[in-house]
Amino acid sequence: MIYFQLFLSFFQIGLFSFGGGLAALPLIQSRLVDIRGWLTLAEFADIVTVSEMTPGPIAINAATFAGTKIAGLGGALAATLGCVLPSCIIVTLLAWLYDRYKESPAIRGALTGLRSTAAALIFSAGLSILILSFWGSGGFTLDGSSIDFTAVIMFAAGLFLLRKFKPNPIFILLGSGLLGAVCYLVEFTELFHKIGVGFYK
Amino acid sequence: MEKNPKNYFKLFSAMFFLSAFTFGGGYVIVPLMKKKFVDETAWLEEDEMTDIVAMAQSAPGVMAVNASILVGRRLLGLSGIPVAVAGTVLPPLIILSVISLFYAAFRDNAVVRAVLNGMTAGVCAVIFDAAITMGGKVVKTKKPLPILIMAGAFLACFALRINLIYIILFCGSLGALVGLRDKKTGKERI
Repeated sequence: MIYFQLFLSFFQIGLFSFGGGLAALPLIQSRLVDIRGWLTLAEFADIVTVSEMTPGPIAINAATFAGTKIAGLGGALAATLGCVLPSCIIVTLLAWLYDRYKESPAIRGALTGLRSTAAALIFSAGLSILILSFWGSGGFTLDGSSIDFTAVIMFAAGLFLLRKFKPNPIFILLGSGLLGAVCYLVEFTELFHKIGVGFYK
Repeated sequence: MEKNPKNYFKLFSAMFFLSAFTFGGGYVIVPLMKKKFVDETAWLEEDEMTDIVAMAQSAPGVMAVNASILVGRRLLGLSGIPVAVAGTVLPPLIILSVISLFYAAFRDNAVVRAVLNGMTAGVCAVIFDAAITMGGKVVKTKKPLPILIMAGAFLACFALRINLIYIILFCGSLGALVGLRDKKTGKERI
């Protein structure tokens, strides 16, 4: 049963993610985090991070990760199969139809509509992860003391570099990972220091 | 291409290595496929590859999988499809299986947590960069309707939390209807 649920969720992800690459992101969040509750938002953010760091499409990575977590290797296979199957059917049909109808106004209109939607949905998924990154799992508050300013600065710097110099995103990830290790671990030592001082008093 | 075991294996290994070394996902694989199938092996013509990319982009699902389906079909017919897809899917399947085995142990490690937290901020930058590029293209068309669709889809998703599948179906159908209407009236609203 769980195999079928995994298959079905990823079938929907494969079927409805238009626009390639990150387009699967909002769907994965909606199916696995919001509806099924199979992953926490933090785990989802980790999958996105790991996917950007490892080769291969993000939807397949998420399918393998979520499938393994929920139902072992069989789950990973069921989820991956579900994710790939809609493509196999639709793309084969599309290849056959393409030459006949590629100038159809309905198809062109639908694709323009879907591209506009994809941009909005990716932005929305990015915002969810951004809130997690800045405020932690507690979510957005107006209270400035709960903002992780290290993350804010790294995000702003990363976005600036990407817009300005268009480097391979892998360098931004490696850089932010390295900075993260340095910044957060220093915070850890400070925290341990405070606890230690507390004990002495 | 002739349908012999050697060619099936060639197709599989070409897809496997493309997928295993394509970091960052998405559109990164397109130029690599072109390099492999057009420039190196000459299995495909340049404009065949362009059509394949256009089709892979306009279909739903994973772009790399879509493209490998089309390449497999073009080279070895219907039986080439499962071979090409298996080659594309196996590397991430293997790598992520291994990572998820160790994930629980790694996640609670302070150093790994710090690196992942830092990277999450970096990933956000990458996501927003992509969204800005895509949204910028929509804005540049200077057509009010696609811009309205974009704004509406964002509100429906982020503020109203409407099921994404409905948003996608609605916006696609709206585009198709407006496209048909444009054809009749001679306007270019979408």
